[in-house]
Amino acid sequence: MSGVRVLVGTRKGAFILTSDAARKDWKVEGPLWGGWEIYHVKGSKVDPNRIFASQSTGWHGQLIQRSDDGGSTWEPVGNDFVYDGTPGTHQWYDGTPHPWEFARVWHLEPSLEDPDVVLAGVEDAALFRSADGGQSWTELSGLRGHGSGPMWQPGAGGMCLHTIIVSPQDARRIYVAISAAGAFRSDDAGATWRPINKGLHSEGIPDEDAEVGHCVHRLAMHPSRPDTLFMQKHWDVMRSDNAGDSWTEVSGNLPTDFGFAIDVHAHEPETVYVVPILSDAEHYPPEGKLRVYRSRSGGNEWEPLTKGLPQANCYVDVLRDAMAVDSLDECGIYFGTTGGQVYASSDAGDTWDAIVHDLPAVLSVEVQTLA
Amino acid sequence: MIRVVVPAHLKTLIAHRGEVHLEVVGPVTQRTVIDALESKYPVLRGTIRDAQTKQRRPFVRYFACEEDLSHEPIDDELPKAVADGTEPFIVVGAMAGG
Repeated sequence: MSGVRVLVGTRKGAFILTSDAARKDWKVEGPLWGGWEIYHVKGSKVDPNRIFASQSTGWHGQLIQRSDDGGSTWEPVGNDFVYDGTPGTHQWYDGTPHPWEFARVWHLEPSLEDPDVVLAGVEDAALFRSADGGQSWTELSGLRGHGSGPMWQPGAGGMCLHTIIVSPQDARRIYVAISAAGAFRSDDAGATWRPINKGLHSEGIPDEDAEVGHCVHRLAMHPSRPDTLFMQKHWDVMRSDNAGDSWTEVSGNLPTDFGFAIDVHAHEPETVYVVPILSDAEHYPPEGKLRVYRSRSGGNEWEPLTKGLPQANCYVDVLRDAMAVDSLDECGIYFGTTGGQVYASSDAGDTWDAIVHDLPAVLSVEVQTLA
Repeated sequence: MIRVVVPAHLKTLIAHRGEVHLEVVGPVTQRTVIDALESKYPVLRGTIRDAQTKQRRPFVRYFACEEDLSHEPIDDELPKAVADGTEPFIVVGAMAGG
């Protein structure tokens, strides 16, 4: 039976939402690890039964959970995230040097080739790799060590490495994004890195065109075009067609170009989705209307998608890792809100329904398309 | 037998709602009690104290016999009432979050 499994991380546990391919009737399971913050849950494309989850609290630190049966049962795996060598310092909010301190795992990215390999993006920003299914973790320290690390500074949510994209055509190419340092690329499987922020313009930093210091909120890529990237920056929606070597703004007619989430249609590489948020102060949609905006031209020209979404008195946020797409013939789009709703569209965004209304604040949404 | 009470988040992790009962060989100290607790429930490794340094996590406290023992040396013997199972050793998640 084909269908989808939606993996939802929230402030107080994880939830698994499943449906057949019609995506109308949903089974809701959870909470898993009730009371714990679940920043991210993601399954392996090589082995969809293998799923990794990042579980943490401020009291008790970080755990990584792994399921090998599609989320029915879980076991804790390794939680030793030790920075390579002497961690050094980055900039604190006031500009003074601050030692690198591990806080949590924001994002888990299973390999597209090997179910035992998974990357972890952490706060304070660094990239870790496991080659044994999450049992042990080694820092890919060339990222922090390439030179600009001491200039990185946390965003309001902490100095987090929140986006990891591995090229499906060349696993040596990895993109990551860090708030508030910017985007970075490796072409040698994570050994060496360089900033890819040319063309970004950020008014909140002293040098508005600096090589690093930009608050990149999220990157997205279509698997068929690994050199084309879309970016939701703190302000501005951006696009690169040369693997991040340069960026151009494609915010176009969006009502506001602040936001967090961005994703690309599973079958149309030029169809992009964002959820505009009024500003970095308000963190809710303009006019109290929750609208997904879709561009079918790779940016610049955007249309609001509103059918089934609240169009009055809506003041939720949609966080950076809380949007995903499935790869069924008619592409499904999903996103979760800080108000605890998870919305789904089974027609590429034309119409929406809430799968659930009242979960804890949603931190992340991922989708597995099941054969 | 040593009686240990763990906070709610950790009860969820070990899927055990009541007190945890442990056997500790030798001196009963913060270190040996947490060693035995982590031995019985490996999932707790790193959640009460740092896995490498063995330092108590910042938002965790240790209480027993109506005393806060959090700042006592980790190799000092715990009160006799804890060692003989009359009183529990209580691992507390510091109150936070409103």
